[in-house]
Amino acid sequence: MGVTLTKSAQWTAAGRGPATLEVTPLNEAILQEIIVFVESFLYMYPREAKFVFVEPLGWKTSLEPLAFGSGYVVSEKTVKSEEVDKNGEPLLFLSVPQIKVRSFGQLSCLLYIAKDKKLKEAQACLEANRDPVVKILGSDYSTTKREDSSALRILDKIIKDDDPEHEIKTNIAMLIQQMDMHLLNYSLKHISLEIRLNPSAIKNDVELLQRYSGKGEQTVLESIEYTSDYEFSNGCRAPPWRQIHGEMCYVLVKPHDVEALCITCSTEGVFLNGGKTDDATEINYERKGKIYKDLITILREKSATFSKNMAKQGNTFNEEQQKETFQPDEAPKKEEVTTKADAEKSTLQMNPINFVRNPIGKRLEPSLNWKSTVDLKDHRSSGRDTQEEKHARIEKGRSSVVSGRMQSARKAADKPEEILSESSSESEEDEEPPDHRQEANADLPSEYWQIQKLVKYLKGGNQTATVIALCSMRDFNLAQETCQLAIRDVGGLEVLINLLDTDEVKCKIGSLKILKEISHNPQIRRNIVDLGGLPIMVNILDSPNKNLKCLAAETIANVAKFRRARQAVRQHGGITKLVALLDCGQSPSEPPQPSLYETRDVEVARCGAQALWSCSKSYANKEAIRKAGGIPLLARLLKTSHEDMLIPVVGTLQECASEENYRAAIKAERIIENLVKNLNSANEQLQEHCAMAIYQCAEDEETRDLVRLHGGLKPLASLLGKTDNKERLAAVTGAIWKCSISKENVTKFREYRAIETLVGLLSDQPEEVLVNVVGALGECCQEYENRVLVRKCGGIQPLVSLLVGINQSLLVNVTKAVGACAVEPESMMIIDRLDGVRLLWSLLKNPHPDVKASAAWALCPCIENAKDAGEMVRSFVGGLELVVNLLKSDNKEVLASVCAAITNIAKDQENLAVITDHGVVPLLSKLANTNNDKLRHHLAEAIARCCMWGRNRVAFGEYKAVAPLVRYLKSDDTNVHRATTQALYQLSEDANNCITMHENGAVKLLLDMVGSPDQSLQEAAAGCISNIRRLALATEKARYA
Amino acid sequence: MDQKALKKLVESISKTVKSFKKSEIEGLIRLFHSLVKRTDERLNQMGLDRSAFREILHSIFGMTDDMLMDRVFFAFDKDNDSRINVNEWVKGLSVFLRGTFEEKLKFCFEVYYLNGDGYISQDEIFDMLKNSLYQQSSEEETDEGVKELVEITMKKMDYDNDGKISFADFERAVKNDRLLLEVFGPCLPEAQVQLQVPTAQIS
Repeated sequence: MGVTLTKSAQWTAAGRGPATLEVTPLNEAILQEIIVFVESFLYMYPREAKFVFVEPLGWKTSLEPLAFGSGYVVSEKTVKSEEVDKNGEPLLFLSVPQIKVRSFGQLSCLLYIAKDKKLKEAQACLEANRDPVVKILGSDYSTTKREDSSALRILDKIIKDDDPEHEIKTNIAMLIQQMDMHLLNYSLKHISLEIRLNPSAIKNDVELLQRYSGKGEQTVLESIEYTSDYEFSNGCRAPPWRQIHGEMCYVLVKPHDVEALCITCSTEGVFLNGGKTDDATEINYERKGKIYKDLITILREKSATFSKNMAKQGNTFNEEQQKETFQPDEAPKKEEVTTKADAEKSTLQMNPINFVRNPIGKRLEPSLNWKSTVDLKDHRSSGRDTQEEKHARIEKGRSSVVSGRMQSARKAADKPEEILSESSSESEEDEEPPDHRQEANADLPSEYWQIQKLVKYLKGGNQTATVIALCSMRDFNLAQETCQLAIRDVGGLEVLINLLDTDEVKCKIGSLKILKEISHNPQIRRNIVDLGGLPIMVNILDSPNKNLKCLAAETIANVAKFRRARQAVRQHGGITKLVALLDCGQSPSEPPQPSLYETRDVEVARCGAQALWSCSKSYANKEAIRKAGGIPLLARLLKTSHEDMLIPVVGTLQECASEENYRAAIKAERIIENLVKNLNSANEQLQEHCAMAIYQCAEDEETRDLVRLHGGLKPLASLLGKTDNKERLAAVTGAIWKCSISKENVTKFREYRAIETLVGLLSDQPEEVLVNVVGALGECCQEYENRVLVRKCGGIQPLVSLLVGINQSLLVNVTKAVGACAVEPESMMIIDRLDGVRLLWSLLKNPHPDVKASAAWALCPCIENAKDAGEMVRSFVGGLELVVNLLKSDNKEVLASVCAAITNIAKDQENLAVITDHGVVPLLSKLANTNNDKLRHHLAEAIARCCMWGRNRVAFGEYKAVAPLVRYLKSDDTNVHRATTQALYQLSEDANNCITMHENGAVKLLLDMVGSPDQSLQEAAAGCISNIRRLALATEKARYA
Repeated sequence: MDQKALKKLVESISKTVKSFKKSEIEGLIRLFHSLVKRTDERLNQMGLDRSAFREILHSIFGMTDDMLMDRVFFAFDKDNDSRINVNEWVKGLSVFLRGTFEEKLKFCFEVYYLNGDGYISQDEIFDMLKNSLYQQSSEEETDEGVKELVEITMKKMDYDNDGKISFADFERAVKNDRLLLEVFGPCLPEAQVQLQVPTAQIS
């Protein structure tokens, strides 16, 4: 139907051969639009609906004759409409399965009958009728052949013919043109969102770079090549299971000045991956750095020589790039089309009554540009990607909001395009809901027609009529989705937004009141942003009319629930203006008599806070709020006692407290005190947000003390007993967790009997609560009394049973808590009995490094305190090998924890023998060159232990572990010193090691250590020196004897 | 003008009009005189006639609709002598500029009912909304549109379903939604004018 669609249908089909419309989101959306258009045709243009098509539209239908009701003559195999043309032929004729329809009226009816098969019917119809306009209006109106002049020809026709039939015909032609225009805008919006990299763009880049690579000073790179020679039919080289992540290929680049880079090219951009793994056939696919927009950019960033030589070769290179890749110049062109189309549209809206008279020829232009610039195949594949991405996001939405840093890090890695602007607190709000137009309920509700009438007055009335229509519109239940969508579907949104741009205060107020209500609907939010509503609302925030400001802020609060909207608010300077609204609440000179359409200052501040709350879910907005001076204002508002005000204020603070800057500011502005005060409020939501804010802020020690000093621990402990509201419980347990990192707080919690309650919460709670509860217990169990308490309350069993979970944050916390309990021999017995050690051990296989490390740490006290620990450890088949192999990890924390575990394992001679066989000595030696003090500490301990077996002392020397160890003595950490002197003392039993130590200047360092107040350190240092000295004496003796 | 008479006038008016200070009333009287002088030289019959008043409404208060300006004139002119005397002037302006919500409500209602039976009839509404739609293709269509608009308004405001709008109806509707105060056309000064006039003109 119409130019656009014909085009869209053709190009999607072209990829495959047979003329079918592919099921892509875009096509579906276009079909939906057409369905809405055809369905409403009967009511909107009854005269035109009766017009008999020049040729019938025929296709294979899936409808049964029985589905047809009154108005049709139904027999077993055929259906005829009662409505007939001049010659008595029925306008609809169905002979299963072929159907022929000859008027818009009948098409409308048919779609009603089709109900949920609408989409299928519309698709079948359009597939069978590739140029429906010709069939409807005759070949003079063909849109496929000479599109550019068709409008002119229509105009010609009007002038030449006086036939009344032609007037209708022309009307229909116009309507179709309009529809076309609408579809065009619609699909452009879809497409413009999806500009991404594609295989051919990458291929061009690589080929081009290859041409300029090679030996010598002048080339840009030494070499660039794909990791795989095989190219799939879709142009990708990545293995299929990686392609589903949007990855297309991997390239190995050898620049002149830096090490070889292994780069992943994905549809989202290019980034460094983990490089080739040891066995050289596999690649570590994990992302290691920022995402860049293309290969050239990343290489410029990584290699100075590259960018220098690029600049030299720049001119020629750029020219070629321009020639070979369509990507760069495609985008701006599209932009241009969109703006042009938008401009067209806005003129349409400005004088809605006259739009039929607009120059139609001009409106056709965008469709032609569009056709020539869009790359079809690319668009199709990226459409699929977005769907997958969407799916992934839905899954993410389900996982907990509260579960802390780790998860947010993972999330960030999964959604790289959002890294820069998004924070961890994004929730399912970010889903892009499929834009479904009312398809399920075929019969449009009566509200639809009434709203349509009102919108007509909005379009064609002066201020007075507009205000009446706006007020009447609010009599509908705007919370109802049918009404919300009806307003949009009859074009009401455009008018409402246009009204905001006028000077009429009353119209603006009326319009905003409606927008505020309907923007609770996620689809409407998107439409408002697409129609450019946000910049206008942001401007209104400057209005002198407070009522207007409030309404605009409240609407922004509703709309800014998704990323693009938040970004738009920021980019149009909305954050600064919203922050300015917060300042209103304080001016003492409240006018004695608020004017007619006015409202109070406090209300303005409240609405501002509400909007900021929504906006503060984006990282960049948090920064913007801070820079605009929002924190002191929020702090001031926090002192009020209106719940309405406090909730958005605390909500905003809580969102923002995820940032370090904010936490410092929150401390400086003495906000904690008020947060604590509001924990005692009666409002659950307020309690929740306060607890959440404390949770975020209590990362900082001083803040934890402040919470205690202001008496915040008691209300937290008492809120712990109220388990009905899970969101609040999650926030409260989170706050308790973070607060209990400070010992004094733990003592207080014990006083308030919070620990018993926490143990009680270990079962039947949602994961986000469990993560925090277990985290809190982990901190509490660092103290003896609490460990006993937890055991006595029966906390160990539920803790151990949580070890089988899959939630990473939960596992990290559970292993920590179990490890803390295991310090107590009695608790250890219970853990052992519940097979907890085996469970911990199997977590060493967990893919996530944080879980691995935490499990290894937890194993240390277990092995230390278990009876027959050696026997127990040996009983885990393959367990020792697993531990030793973890020394190959590249995560420092994992390495340190595994070293600690090895220290404990090696206390048993037999086990030490086994791990020696598994090659623990070379692996430990390999780690010796490190600057990480934690790792040094545990590594040195492990080495000291492992010296106790066979010729390990000699072996450490052979693997060159001794010299680096000597350097550890220069560290500032006494723990490192103690462990290192122990290790050196053990190693010095071997003469060659003594020589190495001496050569590396160990003696002087050790002599310093002898002066240490730490006794064990003294002894070990002295022992080592004596070994070295003894060797020297023996040598002298041998020489002079 | 005679200072003594002026003082006396101010005193008498200030007894009934509370929302202005005496100095403000004096200023308004002086303003009235200057306006009248420009249009009517005879002082004994001091008063603003319709066209002069309309001129003022237009230039100072930014009103444009002729019909509504006439109606505002009649609402000011309490004694129906087709002239606005100084008392009516000050009183009217007190509602205009400093009126409480209730006063304005009453004022607007007075503007909208013309024939004085205390109700706004459908025909009156039609008259007032006649020009509220931009020209459509034919006059009939426009009339049809206005008629429907009247129906919509009645549906919204005629709570007792008697086919006309009483003051009670009007009051209830406006209290539900303040935007309906000037439902049949602007008859109060715009907000920004309201703020500027007292400072600029009176003092």
